[in-house]
Amino acid sequence: MTEANVLLNLSGIVKQFPGVLALDRVDFEVRAGEVHALMGENGAGKSTLIKVATGVYPANGGEMTLGGSPFAPRSPDEAVRLGISTVYQEVNLVPNLSVAENVCLGREPAGPFGIRWRAVRARAEEALKRIDLTLDVRRPLSSCSIAIQQMVAIARALDVSAKVLVLDEPTSSLDAHEVAQLFAVVRRLRGEGMGIVFVTHFLDQVYEVSDRITILRNGQKVGVWNTADLPRLELVTQMIGRDAATLERPASALAPAGGKGEPVVAAENLGRRGAISDATFTVRSGEVLGLAGLLGSGRTETMRLLFGLDHPDEGCLKVDGRDTGRFSPREAIRNGFGFCSEDRKTEGVFPEMSIRENILIALQARRGWLRPLPATKQREMADELIARLRVQPADAERPIQFLSGGNQQKALLARWLAIEPRLLLLDEPTRGIDVGAKFEIMSLVESLRQQGASFVFVSSELSEVVRTCTSVLVMRDRRAVKTLEGSAISEENIIGAIAGDQA
Amino acid sequence: MRRAPSWIWALVLLAAILLFNLLFTPGFFHFEVRNGHLYGSLVDILNRSAPVALLSLGMTLVIATGGIDLSVGAVMAISGAVAACLIARPQDSPLGGINLHGSIPLIILFAVGFSLICGLFNGILVAFLELQPIVATLLLMVAGRGIAQLLANGQIVTFHSPGFSSIATGAWLMMPNPVWLVVAGLILFGVLTRRTAFGLFVEATGSNPTAARVAGLNAKGIKIAVYTLSAIAAGVAGLIGCADIQGADANNAGLYLELDAILAVSVGGTALTGGRFSLIGSIVGALLMQSLSTTILTRGVSPELTLVLKAIVVVAVCLLQSPAFRQIFAKRAAV
Repeated sequence: MTEANVLLNLSGIVKQFPGVLALDRVDFEVRAGEVHALMGENGAGKSTLIKVATGVYPANGGEMTLGGSPFAPRSPDEAVRLGISTVYQEVNLVPNLSVAENVCLGREPAGPFGIRWRAVRARAEEALKRIDLTLDVRRPLSSCSIAIQQMVAIARALDVSAKVLVLDEPTSSLDAHEVAQLFAVVRRLRGEGMGIVFVTHFLDQVYEVSDRITILRNGQKVGVWNTADLPRLELVTQMIGRDAATLERPASALAPAGGKGEPVVAAENLGRRGAISDATFTVRSGEVLGLAGLLGSGRTETMRLLFGLDHPDEGCLKVDGRDTGRFSPREAIRNGFGFCSEDRKTEGVFPEMSIRENILIALQARRGWLRPLPATKQREMADELIARLRVQPADAERPIQFLSGGNQQKALLARWLAIEPRLLLLDEPTRGIDVGAKFEIMSLVESLRQQGASFVFVSSELSEVVRTCTSVLVMRDRRAVKTLEGSAISEENIIGAIAGDQA
Repeated sequence: MRRAPSWIWALVLLAAILLFNLLFTPGFFHFEVRNGHLYGSLVDILNRSAPVALLSLGMTLVIATGGIDLSVGAVMAISGAVAACLIARPQDSPLGGINLHGSIPLIILFAVGFSLICGLFNGILVAFLELQPIVATLLLMVAGRGIAQLLANGQIVTFHSPGFSSIATGAWLMMPNPVWLVVAGLILFGVLTRRTAFGLFVEATGSNPTAARVAGLNAKGIKIAVYTLSAIAAGVAGLIGCADIQGADANNAGLYLELDAILAVSVGGTALTGGRFSLIGSIVGALLMQSLSTTILTRGVSPELTLVLKAIVVVAVCLLQSPAFRQIFAKRAAV
């Protein structure tokens, strides 16, 4: 490789946050016409590196060049103008503006009489067409699903003539079809000579689309490999810095918990207009019920009904055999239910509050305001859960907003473990989380299940569903279409049911 | 890692003003005892800041939930009108028929009770009808003075009741009673928010309302509680104002004090976006504003300058608190 086709070169980048050295002399380069995967565990420094390269944070040391000339963007806006566009993990758009306005925000075509709205819409449609997406660009962004919003963010990034496109966990909220669609776009852009930085936790996707891999660990660069030369096991080992064999689940782990337990919650012909219809299922103690299906098939909606966040308008829910009627999340929690939402930004974290407060809030809410947990007890519980889930940094008093996304997710999981739930609803609990933490969460679920807790589990990674669940409810087009139990649970059968095989 | 409290800059400025007076204003730190009362500029600052300090306690909690309470000035007027009418019992007042035989505790209870109803009204508008707090409390800000006028039948009701007046003019352990009311208010609010989980719930509700619902918090109940507490604090502040002038002036009692209270809260380091709050910070904020006014008065600066100087100090504190501004400054210093 010659110097000529290196588009973006970072060398010796240092980034210091109060109390944390986030990046320690990291080198990274992106060539023209390559997809370069940036891998590492949560808190390894991937997002920080991206943010330095795109002008969100200034670096404390090191040098950057873009297309051979020195490059030091002082703002994301400047980075975009110089040719680096970014799509972030969490959608950073304006929900109450239209799709078209979001695509063109800040660079609207203007004429002598102000913004030319017709041109804005045309340009947005053009940009969306480039990624094979057709929708009414006048719709408010908030009316689109998270997946579509993500695609709009990508369209926005492509709207400028970018040399380097950074995709920071773009596929987290996309289903298989949308991922394929995105990858088609990525390949096309690579063919056009663009350099693409791809940050993800999905190993399959890395091998599917990337040309080279750079691995970070604890803010340092571990190395850079050609994807073809790095076996999967080796990749995981390098990322977590320990032997991947320990991550293999013992075959005996999923032994059924001795006969069928008591039904904890039962849904009979449960339905809510526009969300889900005619769902009948039972969750027994010691059971993990998986909800499998494509994004938008009604998985999250079903969980919201179970937790009282929405109310059904058909059928009924029985908890411990009794008809519940309408209930609120407060009452659900009093019943021993917990709900770990997939949308941690809006439904999970209290950003400026400490990790300790974030962990203990649900337990405290259940106890009521008049029975505060004693300070020593709070510290004990928080520290114990932080250690158990290996939240990094393990400082209970740090505001949670300074944690990486995956560590926030762990803290939220800790919140629900703190109430010692009888039934925990987990909506994509492993999204955006590194391999080691995924395994920890899965084994935690398993050990709690052995003790009689039950779970409803949603994950877009079918292998996780297969490994974890004792029964699987397959959903399609907002209906429950099939229940799989025992040995019938396999990726093949689930995919078959999702696709609509009658076999 | 121990962080400096969010109100550190308000405290620094307060100290700077006091230091300035120590150096340049003769007699500012002079104390004198007359008739068992302590007199002096410092006592005066504490005493005069009391109404705004009380308002700012309630305002802090409201702001921490992400709301705002514009009605507190009007609630002061209502509370004052109720008390004055119950004492003076003018014939034409709707309250004229109630005879409490001049029982001061009952009169206080009635006035504060009226305020509590105002607070419930605000809380219900915000929590159940989901009106924007600024609109919901604007209603009572405008209508409240009308209600106070109706109660007093459009008159400025004056009274003579040494017992009631002592709320504002009396002293205990040589300190003026309003100062003790603020101390009591701070302790009560402090215990309520920090010795129970109420403060945590308030912060969580303001920090992320949706997440608060998912975590099982009763956001509606919390909102009603904070608006009610704010109105009760305003009711007590109204009593001080009314006792001080021995009368109730529905048009002017507590006028614009809601803005002073909001200023005290934000100078005291509580963000208007909700979340983390500091009661002590708000008290420091109220003291800062008052010591500035007192300093200007004692130094004989023309009154026209007072508001401008106040504004300059507020801007200074807000800039010092702003991370963006500090970053610019840090960069300059590094160059």
